[in-house]
Amino acid sequence: MTTNPSVQKIMDDPKYRELVRKRSTFGWFLTALILIVYYGFIFLIAYDRDFLGQPLSEGSVTTIGLPLGVAVIVISIVLTGVYVRRANGEFDDLTKQLIDGAK
Amino acid sequence: MRTPILYRAATGIAAALMPAFAFAADTVAATEQQPTNWNAIVMFLIFAALTLVITRWAAKNTRNAADFYAAGGGITGWQNGLAIAGDYMSAASFLGISALVYTSGFDGLIYSVGFLVGWPIILFLLAERLRNLGKFTFADVASFRLQQTPIRTLSAISSLTVVAFYLIAQMVGAGQLIKLLFGLPYDYAIIVVGALMIVYVTFGGMKATTWVQIIKACMLLAGATFMALMVLVKFNFSFEDLFAKAVEIHPKHLAVMGPGALVKDPVAAISLGIALMCGTAGLPHILMRFFTVPDAKQARKSVLYATSLIGYFYILTFIIGFGAIILVRSNPAYFVGGDTTKALIGGGNMPALYLADAVGGSFFLGFIAAVAFATILAVVSGLTLAGASSISHDLYANVFARGTSDEKTEVRVSKMATVGLGIVAVILGVGFEKQNVAYMVGLAFSVAASTNFPVLILSLFWKGLTTRGAVVGGILGLVSAVTLIVLGPVVWKAVLGNPAPIFPYEYPALFSMPLAFLGCWLFSILDGSAQGKAEQAAFEAQLVRSETGLGAEGAVSH
Repeated sequence: MTTNPSVQKIMDDPKYRELVRKRSTFGWFLTALILIVYYGFIFLIAYDRDFLGQPLSEGSVTTIGLPLGVAVIVISIVLTGVYVRRANGEFDDLTKQLIDGAK
Repeated sequence: MRTPILYRAATGIAAALMPAFAFAADTVAATEQQPTNWNAIVMFLIFAALTLVITRWAAKNTRNAADFYAAGGGITGWQNGLAIAGDYMSAASFLGISALVYTSGFDGLIYSVGFLVGWPIILFLLAERLRNLGKFTFADVASFRLQQTPIRTLSAISSLTVVAFYLIAQMVGAGQLIKLLFGLPYDYAIIVVGALMIVYVTFGGMKATTWVQIIKACMLLAGATFMALMVLVKFNFSFEDLFAKAVEIHPKHLAVMGPGALVKDPVAAISLGIALMCGTAGLPHILMRFFTVPDAKQARKSVLYATSLIGYFYILTFIIGFGAIILVRSNPAYFVGGDTTKALIGGGNMPALYLADAVGGSFFLGFIAAVAFATILAVVSGLTLAGASSISHDLYANVFARGTSDEKTEVRVSKMATVGLGIVAVILGVGFEKQNVAYMVGLAFSVAASTNFPVLILSLFWKGLTTRGAVVGGILGLVSAVTLIVLGPVVWKAVLGNPAPIFPYEYPALFSMPLAFLGCWLFSILDGSAQGKAEQAAFEAQLVRSETGLGAEGAVSH
């Protein structure tokens, strides 16, 4: 497969290295962020339930845990959107240049 | 009056309703056949008629293997997002999570969150690479630079294991649900599910399977949105008022607003989190959806739409659960003997259904009941297609015929496999009627996280992986996941009746998944064979294609 001239050409292209580096850094960075947010939430549940169970404001029944839980859901959606935006724009443009250059 | 048989039947329903968890095994429910519900039956018949029309259309447009396995790559990101969300919004998450909120409030949110966070990770690391490397099954990706025969055999075994356990749980759940909601005998429901699913998949392939899922997703989202709105309208859209009323009515009072007893210790919580997160990324019927879109751009978009819809849906189920605390808990008509301190008629998974009745009357209850049945049908069809693809594309075409079979024969084998799987599913569904199948979906998720996921991730990201490493690691993951579940609380204690489990956790993923990774790593670095060296050398070319999509043939048929 390495004999395919287009593949060799892309591998030698500095833009390819740039794409791979940028995209993997971005992907793993966001993955780490999600893991921190999610396991942060789980650890709070396991170790400090009183924190999550305290009222949001004086006299309210709504607790801090509720908006935090909803926030984990919203953050998941937002980070997904952030990735798709950059990948469908910047990364896809780079990819297109690479493939056109290799033809 | 609850006999042990009724108890086991109830845990059967709990299994299908709560895909990843066995916690509902303690919500004792009597699934006696209820009076025939004509509203629900008529509405289900309308749904069935509509899906059959779609199947006819799909059958006309299904000509080759790409059409059959992957809808010809002609599904848009938005449609695929709806279908993925549909796979996720099972009867389980709808009835199960709202029931969990109804009984323990805040704890329901923990599960919703765990179900959702797998999706961003699938997007960041897997979706576009899968789309660029694979054609019809995820084994296409795993075996891209590794040896076809062993990798595809391993993938097929683990995929079929996942599919089989998932299917049994869904079939048993369908039978129990229909007995309860439609007032029809258990066996009827199983046969209806089996027959319709065979028709969808054999005639309409992936196109019909996807559209059935899309229609159901829209019906479920519409129904759930209506219920949540009706609840919020009663409180002038003030969450504080809604929660205050719920705290007043719920016997646990303020405790429902914070974490309860559900997550006992951090190890159990993390192990569950891993099973949910990585298991999702290894489920064959979910992964195959990435081959139905035309390119990586649409694959990414579909995850964004799916994540948004699933997140929205879980927030709805949370509101529905709290609405049920207020409107169902205070109404004696829904309780055994008209006594609100006793169990709900029909069991622990009923709150969302009674809420439907409370906000929309018996007509709307019929609609929601029909949607619940449609949900099981749609999920079962996807599972069967994934299993059939594994048999025909991986085992038959690439292992048995060694790539010499033609497309027509391969599709024919796939259709025969579908009929076979359908019949087996019906027989198992009937056979397991009175069994506790609660552990089966947990097993499916754990196997997916411990076999498919490590092999897939390493084949994509680690140059050093060789066939030998992948096979040893995959088998280690498969065997350890199954063994630890058998020795754990759900099988050893609950099913086999031993006093204490040998392995203390319900979800073994925290242990079996690292074992699989370790096995893959160790046997790859010890692999000095020429074959292994060639596989490592082929990584760069694979990387070029997975990153750029160059040379990806995909499933686009035109």
